[in-house]
Amino acid sequence: MTVVSTAVLELEGIDVFYGRVQALRGVSLHVDQGEIVTLIGANGAGKTTTLRAISGLTPAAAGRVLLRGEEITRVPAETIVARGVGHAPEGRRIFSRMTVLENLDLGAFIRKDGARRQDMDRVFTLFPRLKERQRQVAGTLSGGEQQMLAIGRALMSRPKVLLLDEPSLGLAPILVETIFQVIREVNAEGTTVLLIEQNALKALSVAHRGYVLETGRIVKEGTARQLLDSPDVQKAYLGV
Amino acid sequence: MSRSKGGLLERLAQLPPKSLRAFATDTRVPGIGLGLVLVLFPLLDPNKSHVNVAADAGTFILLALGLNIVVGFAGLLDLGYAAFFAIGSYAYAMLASGQFNIHIPFWFLLLTSAFTAAFFGVLLGAPTLRLRGDYLAIVTLGFGEIVPRVFKNASTFTGGVNGIVGLDQPSFPHVLGFPGYKFGFNPVPYYFLILAILLLSVVLISNLRDSRLGRAWMAIREDEVAAASNGINTVTTKLLAFAMGAAFSGFAGTYAASKLFIVSPDDFGFVVSVSILVMIVLGGMGNLRGVIVGAVLIFFIQRYLLIQLPGWIAALTANIPFLASVDVAGYVQRSNYLIFGLILVFTMLLRPQGLIPSAQRKIELELGTTEEAVADLRGSA
Repeated sequence: MTVVSTAVLELEGIDVFYGRVQALRGVSLHVDQGEIVTLIGANGAGKTTTLRAISGLTPAAAGRVLLRGEEITRVPAETIVARGVGHAPEGRRIFSRMTVLENLDLGAFIRKDGARRQDMDRVFTLFPRLKERQRQVAGTLSGGEQQMLAIGRALMSRPKVLLLDEPSLGLAPILVETIFQVIREVNAEGTTVLLIEQNALKALSVAHRGYVLETGRIVKEGTARQLLDSPDVQKAYLGV
Repeated sequence: MSRSKGGLLERLAQLPPKSLRAFATDTRVPGIGLGLVLVLFPLLDPNKSHVNVAADAGTFILLALGLNIVVGFAGLLDLGYAAFFAIGSYAYAMLASGQFNIHIPFWFLLLTSAFTAAFFGVLLGAPTLRLRGDYLAIVTLGFGEIVPRVFKNASTFTGGVNGIVGLDQPSFPHVLGFPGYKFGFNPVPYYFLILAILLLSVVLISNLRDSRLGRAWMAIREDEVAAASNGINTVTTKLLAFAMGAAFSGFAGTYAASKLFIVSPDDFGFVVSVSILVMIVLGGMGNLRGVIVGAVLIFFIQRYLLIQLPGWIAALTANIPFLASVDVAGYVQRSNYLIFGLILVFTMLLRPQGLIPSAQRKIELELGTTEEAVADLRGSA
């Protein structure tokens, strides 16, 4: 009897190299439908690389990436977006010389249906601040607003899975709160989320499950509760 | 009665200025005015050499518009654009002259040359896809050096250093009772031809800019990684920029070769590539009006001002006793590239954003550079 997997996203033994340097060593993880899964780890552990391997920006040298059971390991990045993976990349990477509206519009680049307006309204409901600044040039937004825009832009492709790379990085505590609230809302509306964070406490407080990455390897996995209670995790990442 | 009369007078008094103001602020009016001047000028100006210079300027406006797609829209620095101009010119020269005794009609080649040049655009684009910025510039520079060199040395096909002489000139055939018409060496029909080509090109390019493809170019110019993660196929988008950019130089090549009557390998050197680049940077990269103004200005400086200047200086200094013995005009003539350089330096100091900048270019200067968005190419763990 076959077990029907509910995994939306699965990584099986992913290796990634930058030139000769191996950044990921046999990373396996899965993200199930409707979950928020977080990947925590120190600088240089391979968190960003894992996301880039999924979204096709840095294709894996070995292993498989499966999206709803279909292999996307060597599929080009733009096709992966069309298949339903939205990526808000590290460092936000908004189009800083374009307006908020133009940024959101490019987020819906792959979409050919006429529901852009509707999706934009949804982004504006999630981030009322973006609505106020829709005609403003993105580079003149504050860091928090730029992060909102990066997430909003990724949502414009109507992803099944949303990959978020350190959304709280460099933000004021009040904005971190806003961002995490939105992550919860987006998830509650049915989007599966894979979240990378250095702020492990915050990440584990919204996530259902988590993985700990150390020097390119998954060293621990469990429910958010288990990880929060784990002495190793507490010592290394929670500063307890 | 007097009341209604006063009202009428008041209204009459108001009418002309109002409509005048409307006339003056209507953005279509300068456009129509400029259009009329452009159409009527060759018919009113008896000096054919002016028309000739204007018709040649058209070639460079077309080239600048084409390069603007690659550099201004997609942000790919191309230092060898004259190579495509050469390919367009030689394609016409080989297929419409006594060289191989092939005489394909001009009008047909004008259309197909765009495809020929676009094909070579893709050929250059393909190996450079992984490069960007300075590295891409070096490869295009190499391409720009190779192409004229090939035309110079493949003398069996291209006439070598002498080029190909005696190209077919455009003509309208004698059909349906209309008398035929040969362009010959009269610049007027060439002028109207390039005016029509330019009008069509501006319409095409501004539609391209506002299209889905245009938005993809802008996104790639801003941040290639972000573009890819928004579902833009960076490979095809960049190749299309090279192809479309080259296509317009195919038009320009065919037009210029037929007008000039000859092609020579020395007409497509690095200076030509750089001049076209200067036109778009100085005019305002990405902005069609800016690019056209830049092309006209640089062409005018190179083809008119720098050539006429020594004569003017000579006339001025002839009556000044102590200067008459010194060959000031000669100095000016010998240092014409110095003067050209100085004009460029001062224009860029005064208008670093270009004469008529695009919105993005303006923002860039206000924000400072946005290097942090481009810095992380290899990604970090």
